[in-house]
Amino acid sequence: MLPETAPAPRQITVPVMADLAARNESPEILFWVGCAGAFDDRYKRVTRAFVRILDHVGTSYAVLGLEESCTGDPAKRAGNEFLFQMQAVQNITTLNGYGIKKIVTACPHCFNTIKNEYPALGGDYEVIHHSTYLQQLINEGKVGVTGGESFKGRRITFHDSCYLGRANNIYEAPRDVLAALDADLVEMKRSRANGLCCGAGGAQMWKEAEPGKKEINIERAEEALATLSGAAAALANLGGVETETAAPGPHDLQGSIIAVSCPFCMTMMSDGVKNKEQEGKVQVFDLAELVASAEGINA
Amino acid sequence: MLQSILFALLLIAAFGLFAWQVRKIRANVLVGRARDMGGHPAERLRKTLLVAFGQQKMFKRLTPALLHLVVYVGFLVINVEVLEIVVDGLFGTHRFLSFLGPVYSALMATNEVLAALVIVAVAAFWWRRNSHPPLKRFTGPELRLWPKLDANIILYVEVVLMAALFFMNSADIRLHQVEGKTLPGAFPVSQFLSGLLPASAGTLAVLERAGWWIHITGIFLFLNYLPSSKHFHIIMAFPNVWYSRLVPQGQFSNVESITHEVKAMMDPGYAVPAAPVGPDGAALAPTPFGARDVDDLPWTSLMSAYSCTECGRCTSVCPANLTGKLLSPRKIIMDTRDRVEEKYNSPLIFRPNVYGAEARHEPVTDLATATLLRGKVTPEELWACTTCNACVESCPVNINPLESIIEMRRFLVLEESAAPNSLNVMFSNIENNGAPWAFSPSDRFNWADDLYVKGPLPETAAV
Repeated sequence: MLPETAPAPRQITVPVMADLAARNESPEILFWVGCAGAFDDRYKRVTRAFVRILDHVGTSYAVLGLEESCTGDPAKRAGNEFLFQMQAVQNITTLNGYGIKKIVTACPHCFNTIKNEYPALGGDYEVIHHSTYLQQLINEGKVGVTGGESFKGRRITFHDSCYLGRANNIYEAPRDVLAALDADLVEMKRSRANGLCCGAGGAQMWKEAEPGKKEINIERAEEALATLSGAAAALANLGGVETETAAPGPHDLQGSIIAVSCPFCMTMMSDGVKNKEQEGKVQVFDLAELVASAEGINA
Repeated sequence: MLQSILFALLLIAAFGLFAWQVRKIRANVLVGRARDMGGHPAERLRKTLLVAFGQQKMFKRLTPALLHLVVYVGFLVINVEVLEIVVDGLFGTHRFLSFLGPVYSALMATNEVLAALVIVAVAAFWWRRNSHPPLKRFTGPELRLWPKLDANIILYVEVVLMAALFFMNSADIRLHQVEGKTLPGAFPVSQFLSGLLPASAGTLAVLERAGWWIHITGIFLFLNYLPSSKHFHIIMAFPNVWYSRLVPQGQFSNVESITHEVKAMMDPGYAVPAAPVGPDGAALAPTPFGARDVDDLPWTSLMSAYSCTECGRCTSVCPANLTGKLLSPRKIIMDTRDRVEEKYNSPLIFRPNVYGAEARHEPVTDLATATLLRGKVTPEELWACTTCNACVESCPVNINPLESIIEMRRFLVLEESAAPNSLNVMFSNIENNGAPWAFSPSDRFNWADDLYVKGPLPETAAV
C-alpha cells in the first residue's frame, strides 16, 4: 500500500525518435535499448528501470523503438564481418538520419560496438554506458539513491563485464554507483582487469560450449557465491571440478546480491546461481535496477 | 696475437650467423599482410618504456616478476662486461675498463652480485618448471617436447655462463695473488671462490683463459641459439611492445574489402576502388577474408609469434582453458611461429621447432592439411573463445592472441561457411529479425508497454 501522501504512479510514454523528428525536436540523448533489453524478459526489467530513472530525473531522451536493429556485435565476434557491416551501416544510416550525437546504452556489447567500431563505417557519436551515466547522475545529485529500498549493510559483489572492463577500461563507474548504495561491497579475487568472463561473450551466448570439464558461468557463479559467503576454501579450489552445491561460509548468503552491468552476464550469472540452488538467497541485479529500487521509483 | 685473430674470427662468425638468422626471421614476419602501424611515437615510446623496459605487466604476479627482474637486470649489466671481453679479445688487452678505477670496482661488484642472484633465480625458475607437479601454466599439450626442452636449455646455459664468469674472475684473482699483484676491481663472490683454486701460476693462467673463452664462446653460441628459441623474446619484446595496438582492446579490426562491398550494395553509385595490381600490371588474386594460413595474418601477429616466451599467463587466465576446453591462447601463438617456419624460412641451425605430427593435438588436428587453420589450430579451439581479452590483458609483451582467433573465425565463416550450426541460426535471426534471437521485430518496443514510475513529475519534463 502506498502512503496516502505519495502521488499515484504515473505512466511513462517512452519518447520515440521518429515522433520527435516529426515535431522537429531533438533529444539530448538517445537511449540505445539493445536486443536483450528489448526482447529478453529478464533484461526488459533493466530497460524499464533505466527508463524510470531517465524519466525521474527529467532527462531529455528518446529511443529508436522499432527502428533499432542489432548492432552486429555477435556477428562480428563470430567472424561474420559481412553481416556485422550490413547491420552497422543500416543503424548508422538511421542514427545519422536523425542527427544523433549522444547515445546511452545499458549493454556493454552495444556500447563497445557503437563507440569503437562504428566510426570506421561513418558513425561518430559520443557513446556512454549506463554505469557511467548513472554515476554522473549520482555525482550531480540528480539521483540521491534514497527514499526506496535500503541496501545498507547488504553484501554485494560486482561482476565485471569484459566489454566494459578490459575492452574499454571502465572499472570504477559501476563501483562508484554501488558505493552510493551504502552496501557492504566485497570484491571477487578475479576482478577489474583480472575479472573472469561470464562465458557468454564472443557469440558464446548463442551456442553450446565446447567439450570441457565445467561451464564458465558455473566457475564464475561459484566464485561470486564463495566471495559473498566468505568461503575461503571454496575460493582456493576454483578451476577444479564442479561441486554439487555452494560451499557454506561465515556469512549467510540470504539477501546478498551479485551486481552486473551487462545482459549476457545477467543471464549467465542468474543461471549459475540457479545451478547452485541459491536463487532463493542470492539475487542478480543490474545497476539500474538497484538505483531505481534505492530511489523508490519502481511502480 | 693468435688469440686476437682467433677471437676476431669467432666474433665475425657469431654476429654474421646471427644477422643471417635475423634476416630470415624478418622475411618471415613480412610475409604477413600489410598493416599501417605508424604514428603516435610519444605513446609508443611511453608503452615501450613502461611495458618492455619497465616490465610493468610482469608485476601482475610478484614472485616471477622479481625473479625475472634479477635475470633481466643481470643480462643488461653483464653486457657491459661482455663489451670489455670483446675489446680485450680483439686487442689483447686485459680488463681494459679497469682504468675506470672505483667505477670499475662498482661495476664488477654489481656483476658478481647479480650473477649470483641470477643463479638463484634460475634455480627457482627450474623448480617452478620441473617440480612435481610443476606450476600449472608450465604444463599443457603445447609445452611438451621441444618447448619443454628449450625452456630448460635456456636455464642450464644461463647457469653455465654465470659459472664461467665466476671461474674466470676467481682464477684471475688467484693468479694475481700468486704473482704478488692486485687485480683491479672488486669481486664479492669470486674472492671467496678463488681460495679453492690451486696455487700454480701456470695452471691458473690456463684456468683463467678457459673461463674467459667458455664465457664468451657460450655467449656467442647462445646468441645464435636465440632465433631457434623462445628466448628470442629478449630482443623481440621491444619492437613487439612498440607496435602494440593503441585502440581500445574491445575494438576489432575493420575489414575494408567488405566495407566496399557493403557500401556498393547500399549505394549503386558507390565506386569500389580498383583491385590492387602486381608489379607486372596484372590484377592480384583477391586475398581471402580472414586467415587460413600465416600469410593471411597481419605482420604484427607474426612478429608477436617471435616475441612469445611461452610463459602461459594468457592460457592461465583464459576462461575456456580454465574450464577444460581445448583452447589455449599460447598454443595459437606457438602454432603461428611453427607454421611460418615450416612454410617459409627456417632460420634455425637445427630446426628444433618442427616436431611435426608428434607435437600436434591428436586426434582433432587434420594432419593432411598444411595450413595454420586446421593444420595446427582446430576450429574447436577457435570456437571456444569468449573474446574476453583476458589473454591480451595478461601478456607481459602485449601479444594479442584474440586477433588471430578472430581472423581464423572470419575465414571459417566467410570462406567456408563452417560456423557451428547454432551460430548460423543466430546469423539468420539477425538478418531476418534484426536481433540474434527468433523474436518478431514488431515486438521490439513491447517492453515500454504499461510502464509506470513512482514519484513527482521532474522539474524539466521529459520530451
